[in-house]
Amino acid sequence: MVEALATEETIDAQTIDGAIAYLQTQFPDAVKLDDREGYQGLIVDSAQLLKVARAIRDDLGFDYLSSATAVDYLGVDDHMEMVYHAYRTSGGGALVFKAQTDREDAQIPSLVPVWRGADFQEREAWDLYGIRFPGHPNLKRILMWEGFHGHPMRKDWREAYYEEEVKPFDSRWPGGHVHRSEEKNVFGKNVAYPPEIDLNRLMDSSETSVYSSLGLGVDIEQIMDKDGFETNQLVVNMGPHHPSTHGVFRMVLTVDGETVTSLEPVMGYLHRNHEKIGERNTYLHNIPFTDRLDYISSMGNNHGYVLAVEQLMSLGRRYNPPTYRCEALRVMMVELSRIVNHLWAIGFWLNDIGAFFTPVLYFIQERERILDFFEAVAGSRMMCNYMRFGGLFADLPERIKSVSNLANDRVRDYNTMQFLTEMVNERIPRTIDELEQLLTQNEIVLERSIGVGILSAEDAINYSAAGPLLRGSGVAYDIRRADPYSIYPELDFDIAVEQEGDMYARYRVRVQELRESVRILRQILPRLEATKGESIWADGKVGAYAPRVPLGEAYGRVENGKGELGYYIVSAGGKNGSSNPWRYHVRAPSFINLTPMGIMSTGYKVADIVGILGSIDIVLGETDR
Amino acid sequence: MYGTGLAKGLALTLRHFVDSFVDDIRYGMRKYHHSTDNFGIRQGTKTQGVITVQYPDEKVAVPERFRFVPFLIVEDDDHPTRAGKDWCTSCGICAKVCPPQCIWIVRGNDPVTGRPVPEPEAFFIDIDICMNCGYCAEYCPFDAIKMDHDYELASYDRTTHHIHDKERLSKPNSYWRKIAPTRAYDEMMVRGTWEHIDVAKEARRGQSAARRGTSQPSPQPAAAAPPAPAAPEAEAPASPPEASSAAAGATPWSEDEAKREERRRKALERKARRAAKQGGG
Ligand code: SF4
Ligand code: SF4
Repeated sequence: MVEALATEETIDAQTIDGAIAYLQTQFPDAVKLDDREGYQGLIVDSAQLLKVARAIRDDLGFDYLSSATAVDYLGVDDHMEMVYHAYRTSGGGALVFKAQTDREDAQIPSLVPVWRGADFQEREAWDLYGIRFPGHPNLKRILMWEGFHGHPMRKDWREAYYEEEVKPFDSRWPGGHVHRSEEKNVFGKNVAYPPEIDLNRLMDSSETSVYSSLGLGVDIEQIMDKDGFETNQLVVNMGPHHPSTHGVFRMVLTVDGETVTSLEPVMGYLHRNHEKIGERNTYLHNIPFTDRLDYISSMGNNHGYVLAVEQLMSLGRRYNPPTYRCEALRVMMVELSRIVNHLWAIGFWLNDIGAFFTPVLYFIQERERILDFFEAVAGSRMMCNYMRFGGLFADLPERIKSVSNLANDRVRDYNTMQFLTEMVNERIPRTIDELEQLLTQNEIVLERSIGVGILSAEDAINYSAAGPLLRGSGVAYDIRRADPYSIYPELDFDIAVEQEGDMYARYRVRVQELRESVRILRQILPRLEATKGESIWADGKVGAYAPRVPLGEAYGRVENGKGELGYYIVSAGGKNGSSNPWRYHVRAPSFINLTPMGIMSTGYKVADIVGILGSIDIVLGETDR
Repeated sequence: MYGTGLAKGLALTLRHFVDSFVDDIRYGMRKYHHSTDNFGIRQGTKTQGVITVQYPDEKVAVPERFRFVPFLIVEDDDHPTRAGKDWCTSCGICAKVCPPQCIWIVRGNDPVTGRPVPEPEAFFIDIDICMNCGYCAEYCPFDAIKMDHDYELASYDRTTHHIHDKERLSKPNSYWRKIAPTRAYDEMMVRGTWEHIDVAKEARRGQSAARRGTSQPSPQPAAAAPPAPAAPEAEAPASPPEASSAAAGATPWSEDEAKREERRRKALERKARRAAKQGGG
């Protein structure tokens, strides 16, 4: 279906170039082409941003705002910039547009009135970059706490253990004298609080301070001022330490009896400023860091990142695209990760609705086999660090083999291809069958999940939901088809989609995707046999350990288990490319999929909230970054 | 009928329960027996039921590519000429390529001339910071640093135990060959010898020097190849050259020839490094 639409896109404004031309004629004084070297899309005049954005959504049909993020060009041309990537849910490439602002009094109109999906992303830009968004309904910090001083992603902000602008650090070699950062104890020297923060209040453990940083609908003062018994409204704080929240995540609900009247997700407890670390890192350093985002599916994280950097590298002269075998291996790994991810997601969602641990342990047992395989190929079960720019860490080993080393070590030795074939043809399909037998018609599952946590298709798109959350609401949008990458175009598979938009629909989407992944894997196996012996590197040339990446910007996105995972990379600084990314942004599905959490939860019971969160499927390593 | 879905699910649970025992019987009630022969089967793709590995009474031996914290390879004690010598040439690549920057290397200097020697004076890895990514092993051009398989490193005091110094990091070459025989073999094929790459090169140079004594220097195609274009790599082999010529004890024939030899050596080194990377890990 999507392909059919894609072919129609040859007519005028349907193409990206056509759309750009359309905007240029409609708003000649508001938009101009972004003609910096390696950049694409439009620069929109901030004052008219809202008007242009409405035209982009309504006239041109770019109904899905995938990513909105900020870049600080301090020292390059000294401004701040918001970068938006809008897509059509009917498929096709991105319309990239940007709005620029001064660094000092950074202000850009909020796009929340146009795309609700900009909500959290603009809050993030405010939090990390200090850009204000007039018109935003709730412009509060989102990842850092409200007592934090400064905006850490700004290029002139330095962290507590700051050493040097970029890695590798000079102190490591040739005169490397070891030290522990914490021994330098910079606290007190490098930590500042904003003037309006009252440190005494941090000691205050009263209810008010627990909720004071929140905006949406939860007003503890108002509720408590009603003299206690006059109201049956109650504020309930779930998390951050709560078994149902899949990590350190907090939800603040107001409830009327058992019914939720509003909900606000609160996050950032696992925030480590991944993106700042990423900008200090070299390009290669970042690959193992991406493993730590959505640690359930690290292969997918690697893939998105290397795709983005490869996009940039392909602008240069000396770039060899990955070989066919390499692509096939990548797709195989990513699909295996998807299986792992969905087994995990379904399993823990069942925990959340009360099927405590029997199903999830069955799935984890199967997942173990896949992790064994990852471990034998990539060297680690979860932090795979498998993909490289233009290639991979290594080809498949001949045998999955271990050697006894520690006391009581028990060895295994399998033929790799045989192991894979048995996995793909027998074990995984059998697990999916069992999963369905256990759950799909289970009356308790049906009663708990049908009609609960409904998200309409319209809202799903407008709130930038992605992955099974979007497809469970009847939107057949899968990046593997809508904006294909790697060898997906030649593979035969269907987009899983369900119309109802409730928890059960999302569950069914995941089950279907499990089957589709197996279908893809079955097509990959013969391709691996056929390319046996072929190098995973073009011309056998292994990528350099410190590649210089040509100037420009790139947005690499993949359909990861949890939804659209995107990496926005800017290479700037030098004349001949850079060895460290100037901007490294992760469009995290776990983060953005929480934007509609509030509207999905309103009107349901407290016990359902846990299930609704589980059905979104988040992982905090990625949410908080 | 209401409840059929539930009943089906319960039947499946029962089957899993029974399957676990079926497997046990199939392997002669030796599931948790201290015999190792059935381990591969019950942890493989064919097994049915729920089977637990009884850690620490039994442990899953890790595959060859498994990576935990790195260690440094030193020559075996019974090596005829280089016993106990480091494979590391303190080139610094691993320190540069390490994402969390947890490797500190002090490059060795000749006490007399003050020039760098191809041996690290000190080498530290903070294993609390190490993210086990394996880059150091992957990009080391001398196969001198490898990822260990010993994951039982927990200790009560991190301040004293978790910064591994050179002594703690060093393990004999034979250990690496034991824990990862296939990979060690592959690396040997790339290097062309079980010995350190420098030893092989010195041997080669010895030969060519001998030939040189009798006839014109035979131009080697490898030497004629232009240096690799990758700029950041160029500084990498800066340290080893001076030293190894001293170690070799080869007679210097002339200033010019020595320089040419040096260039050839570098080119060969680069070539070997490329080949090593191509071999995968
Ligand atoms: S890369 Fe290898 S040879 Fe170079 S310093 Fe590191 S361990 Fe030593
Ligand atoms: S494994 Fe990675 S993090 Fe650890 S020392 Fe080696 S390069 Fe550094």
